[in-house]
Amino acid sequence: MTMQTSHAYHQWRKLKSLIMSAVSFLCAVLVIAPLGLVLFYLIQAGAGAVDWKFFTQLPKPVGEVGGGMANAIVGTLVLLGLASLIGVPIGVLGGVYLSEYGSEKINWWIRFGADILNGVPSIVWGIVAYALVVIPMRSFSAYAGGVALGFMMIPLIMRTTEEVLLLVPNGHREAALALGISRWKVIVRIVMKTAFKGITTGVLLAAARIAGETAPLLFTAFGNRFWTHNLKNPIAALPLQIFTYAISPYDDWHRQAWAGALVLILMVLAINVGVRVLTRGRFSGVGR
Amino acid sequence: MSTTLTPEPRVAKAARMAPPSRMGDAIFKGVTLLMAASVAVLIVVVGWQMWKGSQLAIHKFGFGFLASSTWDPVREEFGALPFIFGTLVSSLIALIIAVPLSIATAVYLTELAPPRLRQPIVSVVEMLAAVPSVIFGLWGIFVMIPWLRGHLFPCLQKFLGFLPLFRGPIYGVSMLAAGIIIAIMILPIITSVSREILRSVPDLQREAAYGLGATRWEVTRIAVLSYAKRGLCGAVILGLGRALGETMAVTMVIGNRPEIAASLLAPGYTLASVIANEFTEATTDMYLSALFEVGLVLFGVTILTNILAQLLIATMGGPRSSRAVQ
Repeated sequence: MTMQTSHAYHQWRKLKSLIMSAVSFLCAVLVIAPLGLVLFYLIQAGAGAVDWKFFTQLPKPVGEVGGGMANAIVGTLVLLGLASLIGVPIGVLGGVYLSEYGSEKINWWIRFGADILNGVPSIVWGIVAYALVVIPMRSFSAYAGGVALGFMMIPLIMRTTEEVLLLVPNGHREAALALGISRWKVIVRIVMKTAFKGITTGVLLAAARIAGETAPLLFTAFGNRFWTHNLKNPIAALPLQIFTYAISPYDDWHRQAWAGALVLILMVLAINVGVRVLTRGRFSGVGR
Repeated sequence: MSTTLTPEPRVAKAARMAPPSRMGDAIFKGVTLLMAASVAVLIVVVGWQMWKGSQLAIHKFGFGFLASSTWDPVREEFGALPFIFGTLVSSLIALIIAVPLSIATAVYLTELAPPRLRQPIVSVVEMLAAVPSVIFGLWGIFVMIPWLRGHLFPCLQKFLGFLPLFRGPIYGVSMLAAGIIIAIMILPIITSVSREILRSVPDLQREAAYGLGATRWEVTRIAVLSYAKRGLCGAVILGLGRALGETMAVTMVIGNRPEIAASLLAPGYTLASVIANEFTEATTDMYLSALFEVGLVLFGVTILTNILAQLLIATMGGPRSSRAVQ
């Protein structure tokens, strides 16, 4: 009798385990479903609107059908370039300090700070760049947008750089130091060179991450319906243009917003996937 | 260790080099330290700029700013209560939806999934994290909102309409819509941080439970989840931090109306979206200063949540891989 109930109980436990496995599998499906839904509608609504004109023409005034987002695509690239001027040197060298010099205690604080910065809402970076750049210059500008995005890049790049530098085997450093080469040259010529691919990966991923940021650009880069010839002037950006068009009441602008979103997501996903393929096997640039 | 990496000729060349100068080393170390310290400088700069910008509003409204629900730019009366309410409620909805889903996914990925499936799912989750906020917003406006308005909301009203939460007219743009879109956006971060946490649970824990004859689910519940409790809390709070600051997608689907409504189907407004919408329209100094103070509140709240989250996660991590050369 007791044998039988215990057997039934055992069956029930096994069943429960199976049910929970199924439930968690379902949850995993639900988590990845939104990506499929978003991509499906982006392609459905955007593919028809992406044509040659989209990449070569300026936006048309309201009421005229057609036009493109050439200035916004170039604007996003310009902003990424400006942001990299701030984010890459500070992020990479900061990462070097974390991996090569800092003591355990200092590193803990710096990593902590970087993680906190990572959590600062992007709109707050917009306000900071507004206060630091827009108010003194008395104008929205590409510089201001670049500063906002650049600040956002710093903690991202710092953490990835540190991680890939730590993957460089100590033998490399010891061998070079034993030859009497000074420490900083060892770091620059041996350690950073070995991890170059990994560092580049981190930079590209950071760029992909901020390429789609809209909130920090709303009142810094501001957007522009024309070409920007002077970086002291407002500049267009793809995410900004998508936002403006999405909340507008015009059907043709909605169509263009979908097209812009498709181009933006292809840019972002291409970098993400490309980087992963290039560095398959976890930063294969690092020798071992 | 591999010591055969430097080829013969280069050894000779290096040997001929002048003895290394201490100067270069000191300068390089100083520069890198400066760059690393910029993290701390930035936090101070952000806090200081927000504080400085909001002085005008702080002096005029004091603590009343946080408790008043008037937002009237014309008469220059500003209170942030509706925005604080909107931010908290939309983030709470997001957590209620996202937390069970993402922790279950993390469990599936670390404990239950066949190894062949793990990496592909992880990659897809990472790709979801890479989708820009504005694209979720666009999708929200044109795909999700019509569906909510046509199907989910009438259904909710029909079956749960006796609750004040689901009463009132249906606009589509609403607190609940914002909560859903935020939930989608914080799924990846909670999933991937929880996954890291679960992976850091020592296998000994699992083996001990299996040894006692536990089933797979019992191992997960007793040996893994309860061991990782604190870290998982950290992951959830990290997600909360992201939810509080989420801007573009929310601005596009929440309806942007500064009201405190009992119904989740009514439009709302959040701290982040009021800044996004009104910053460029702020014509007077007081208006701008009030928006700075909204930013200050947002910054303060997210900093606190993030500190809490990082501390909780750090208790799980154990000592990180130590430095390269001492």
